Amino acid sequence: MSDTARAPVCVFAPWDDIQAKPLIQFQNVTKRWGDFTAIDDLSIDIYAQEFFALLGPSGCGKTTMMRMLAGFETPTEGKILIDGQNVAPIPPNKRAVNMMFQSYALFPHLSVADNIAFGLKRDKMPTDQITARIEEMLSLVQLNKFANRKPHQISGGQRQRVALARSLAKAPKLLLLDEPLGALDKKLRQDTQFELMDIQEKTGTTFVIVTHDQEEAMTVASRIAVMDHGKIIQVDTPAKIYEEPRSIYVADFIGDVNLIEGNVSRTTEGHATISWAEGQNELTGIARNDIIPGSVATLAVRPEKLNIYTSRPKDQSNVIKGKVLDIAYLGNMSTYVIETPTGQQIKAQVANTRRIQRRQITWEDKVWLSFTETAGVVLNQ
Amino acid sequence: MKRLGLILVPYLWLLALFLVPFLIVLKISLSDTELAIPPYTPTLDIAEGWEGIKTWWAGLDLENYTWLASDDLYWKAYLSSLKIAVISTLLTLIVGYPIAYGMSRAPDEWRPTLMMLIILPFWTSFLIRVYSWKAILSNEGLLNQLLIYLGIITDPLVILNTNVAVYIGIVYTYLPFMVLPIYSALERLDESLLEAAEDLGCSRFTAFWLVTMPLSKQGIIAGSFLVFIPAMGEFVIPALLGGSKTLMIGKVLWEEFFSNRDWPVASAVAVVLLLLLIIPIVLFQRNEEKQREAQK
Ligand SMILES: Nc1ncnc2c1ncn2[C@@H]1O[C@H](COP(=O)(O)OP(=O)(O)OP(=O)(O)O)[C@@H](O)[C@H]1O
Ligand SMILES: [Mg+2]
Repeated sequence: MSDTARAPVCVFAPWDDIQAKPLIQFQNVTKRWGDFTAIDDLSIDIYAQEFFALLGPSGCGKTTMMRMLAGFETPTEGKILIDGQNVAPIPPNKRAVNMMFQSYALFPHLSVADNIAFGLKRDKMPTDQITARIEEMLSLVQLNKFANRKPHQISGGQRQRVALARSLAKAPKLLLLDEPLGALDKKLRQDTQFELMDIQEKTGTTFVIVTHDQEEAMTVASRIAVMDHGKIIQVDTPAKIYEEPRSIYVADFIGDVNLIEGNVSRTTEGHATISWAEGQNELTGIARNDIIPGSVATLAVRPEKLNIYTSRPKDQSNVIKGKVLDIAYLGNMSTYVIETPTGQQIKAQVANTRRIQRRQITWEDKVWLSFTETAGVVLNQ
Repeated sequence: MKRLGLILVPYLWLLALFLVPFLIVLKISLSDTELAIPPYTPTLDIAEGWEGIKTWWAGLDLENYTWLASDDLYWKAYLSSLKIAVISTLLTLIVGYPIAYGMSRAPDEWRPTLMMLIILPFWTSFLIRVYSWKAILSNEGLLNQLLIYLGIITDPLVILNTNVAVYIGIVYTYLPFMVLPIYSALERLDESLLEAAEDLGCSRFTAFWLVTMPLSKQGIIAGSFLVFIPAMGEFVIPALLGGSKTLMIGKVLWEEFFSNRDWPVASAVAVVLLLLLIIPIVLFQRNEEKQREAQK
């Protein structure tokens, strides 16, 4: 999955620049309904021209964050600044923000074209420009043929595209997309993702996007915020989120991962070693300095970082032994599920090259897994 | 067979409750008055067989309709009814829309209560309610007493027995018919549409005009017809609250029937009224169909 992450051509990392002024600032924002806390003391900076993805389980507060930015909800506590200005007193129609609603919210009495034109007309744009803009937006979402249909006369995926086109039409400074591509098939979704990235590069619009699709977040985002229960657990670039998760929650949430729990036996600069099962080698991974010897910690390692051998590898330090429990053939790769003598299951994903050695591996075979000392991360939360 | 039965039931119903009475009234309207029981002629005597039917048929003519056309009382009454019906429909809309809007915006738990309050007046007799308006609107009535007590006026306002009282009466009586269809249209309105409109640059007010209004259009049309159609032929309200100058076709009809005992002319008046109302009724039906289609 990491290979789909976008490699920045020139380094765009305003979040590492102390001088950079964020476009959006959440300052200790809390949102409560009654005694239910939807957003819990959340602080985050989002910079201009970012493609910022919110990722998290259903009900964790993603839509609520968007709605506060758009102006439909006010924070119970804390402040939201856009361009350094507190937005609390600014009504939604005065904010340079457009939102694509999760429910689409298309106007049922207006045609597709009129839905797209709605915001443009409010800006008193000249008619010929509006017509041109509608055309442009319709081609973008490939709906030219449906311009005169009413929303109830088109399919769910088409409706989603109309909603997307409508929010893009005004070319706002900040665009909030709440699951913009969920109802589209894979091909159209990928096309639209690239269109969005293209728009973003051309117009410099800042995007905040909610998605349930990790791969999508990986593809489009400059940074990803992983949320849970109204809190942001980690904000980082897609590569860092994937390679260096700060917590078990994030490691587990994004992609496939093996979680191996053990006791920290020793730590060295940037690394920690755990002993985890009787008769198995100790395992070493990179670690932050809050991992202390003697404590319980978990090593998280991605299945594709593991190599599989039919005999014990000599020169490797991280070695796990077990037997093959299951093999899943996925075309370009195979996933092997290995069971250790203590009953723990570990997944290894191996590219299907023509190497005879691997093709020989079959059910119940005794095998050894290994990975480098920088492949896994030792986590304690 | 079963399906045929299902289709037949409403048609039989229509036949019994609408078509047969209508044909009877139509027949009477083609007859002449006579001092007899029933007070018109000819009456069909089946016992005389074919000859009887022939003489009966020969006795029918359009005389009453030419009479309606020649006396300007009648078309003036039709026009006046039309005017009163149109104005009171508009007034009912103006009063009813905000009520329906308020109901649809009210917290969920209040809605059944509010709905109840709208329907509650139907639980007492219509006549009693109209009579009580007499007590409110008369020169010594509650309204004038209150206004004088508050010092807003010194001499009582003359409302009872004027067209104003008729408007008040019609608006009051038919308000639920306006409120309920509009409410049902507004209740279905998705709140996020208004948010989307605001997000795209509308003020609350423009969002109302561009989204809420058009989406409640069908409710407004339905409500307006439900008020307009009965208001056009209204009799009790103009009779009790209106004055001698209030001219409405329903009143004319009543007078022809009961004061003049001229059943044939009264029937002709009724037939013409029905024909006039067919246009709005057909329009109403079309609106309902359109609404049903849009909901699909
Ligand atoms: N108006 C409201 N009143 C009370 N609770 C609300 C309201 N709106 C949202 N919530 C609650 O706040 C929490 C966060 O909701 P939110 O819509 O932000 O979730 P989400 O992350 O967008 O989820 P999903 O991925 O399913 O869209 C949910 O538990 C929801 O039930
Ligand atoms: Mg949501």
